Amino acid sequence: MPELFVLIPGRTARQGTTLNEGKFTAGYVEETSTVLMCPDDMKRLGLTPGDRVRLRNEQGEVELACQAAKDGELQPGLLFLPYGDASSRLMGGETHGTGMPTSKGFEVELERVV
Amino acid sequence: MAATELKIVSNATCTFCGCVCDDMELTVEGNHITKAKNACVLGKAWFLNHHIEERPIATIHGQPASLDDALEAAARILANARYPIVYGLSDTTCEAQRVAVAIADRIGGCVDTTTSVCHGPSGMAFQGVGEVTCTLGEVKNRADLVLFWGSNPAESHPRHWSRYSTMPKGLFVPNGRKDRTVVLVDVRRSKSAPAADIFLQIKPRKDFEALWALRALVKGVEPEASIEEETGLSLEQLRDLAHRMKTCKFGVLFFGMGLSMTRGKHLNVEAALALARDLNEFTRFYAKPMRGHGNVTGADNVVSWSTGYPFGVNLGRGYPRFNPGEFTTADTLARGEADAALIIASDPMGNFSQPAREHLASIPYVALDPKETATTRGATVAFTTATYGINTPGTVYRMDDVPIPLRPAFESPYPSDEQILSALERRIRELQQHRANGAGH
Repeated sequence: MPELFVLIPGRTARQGTTLNEGKFTAGYVEETSTVLMCPDDMKRLGLTPGDRVRLRNEQGEVELACQAAKDGELQPGLLFLPYGDASSRLMGGETHGTGMPTSKGFEVELERVV
Repeated sequence: MAATELKIVSNATCTFCGCVCDDMELTVEGNHITKAKNACVLGKAWFLNHHIEERPIATIHGQPASLDDALEAAARILANARYPIVYGLSDTTCEAQRVAVAIADRIGGCVDTTTSVCHGPSGMAFQGVGEVTCTLGEVKNRADLVLFWGSNPAESHPRHWSRYSTMPKGLFVPNGRKDRTVVLVDVRRSKSAPAADIFLQIKPRKDFEALWALRALVKGVEPEASIEEETGLSLEQLRDLAHRMKTCKFGVLFFGMGLSMTRGKHLNVEAALALARDLNEFTRFYAKPMRGHGNVTGADNVVSWSTGYPFGVNLGRGYPRFNPGEFTTADTLARGEADAALIIASDPMGNFSQPAREHLASIPYVALDPKETATTRGATVAFTTATYGINTPGTVYRMDDVPIPLRPAFESPYPSDEQILSALERRIRELQQHRANGAGH
């Protein structure tokens, strides 16, 4: 049963360094395809680090590996994903008259990939 | 075989992020930078990975092409378009940006920069509220209270703290970090949190509410107790922060895309700017955006002094019109309006919404980039260009609107963005003149 989470895409140092090596390098692809979760949420959903999860909203869906965030980094119900192709696939085209799609703090459904 | 030439370039400028640190000492061996002294982790990755790659100077439909053929094809795409867009520009020099605006003017298109999907909402907020502004030099010498809101400088701007905002010893803060209080407000306990004196973990999408409550507290109005449940911050925390802001000697609020990219967008930033403005009734207080790309601030400046507006400008009627949401690239693409595009030094095929990417893939477009990206791969015409700051001189603007010159490390076999754009502008002009002459007979 998918659960609703709030996704925060953002920068990381590794996303920034691997970006310079090239967007098709293994490092960049791995960094931007790994979602961080609150350890409590992972435990509750029976997820272990490296498990595949599916994130979905009305814009699209992506499959990613999940990893545990550090204690206290993310409150329960929050996800963090380094900017990249995957985060963009979940972002809508609507900008509400600003030119900026809602690119942080939007809702996604998360479920384990079986 | 000749020995590889070794040279040191002093006071070089890093253009990876908006800090634009200009104290780099680069060791250059042939066409590689092998050391980047003083660079942060991001700067090192920037300098050490921008060597010359074996790529064609241009491609047409993915096939290697001569520069002349590619310029001709690109000029025809843009000259024949009815609603063309010019986009990107945050990772190139001001000199190239200026030519890109001229092209947009000539073809009657939209000119927009990556600002629109970064701090574009902040640009709107500046127009709505005004900007109480200062340079990073003033922050370094005077600031005793430094707030970061919705930003993670430890990972996005690693030298901001050590070079400009929290660590350096300044004229009125002689003990550096010891003379300052550093506050971080974020939804995530990021890697910046341990370096702050106070970390406030706010609920997601509640920045506006917290900033408005602070405005109330600063003016002596007590917010309702429900603000605690609403924002995740206790009244005690909010009162303490408001008190610190009113009683500091020189405060600055650096805000990141946690404000501009989250629901509310320009309203979130307006709240931050209004708070800074209000605080000037009591002390000196400023608010500054944490800008991302190396010359995104230059793009705002160049587009502003060329057209009167910072981004999202349409030149189709022969005079500039500004309307975020209408002339911004996320919109002209996602709504399927643009019929051709010129993309300079950015990767919308990698980081735009799916509907925007799908439309860009369906229209002819021209891309300029030193590296291969999803955007150059899908371009009708792609040019490989020299990297600004590493191969080409020019001017960039630091995030506090201070212009900084570039000192290139080594020559590239590829032309600069400015050279390609200038040639493109000339050829478009010729095609238009030819068409006008033809129409006259």
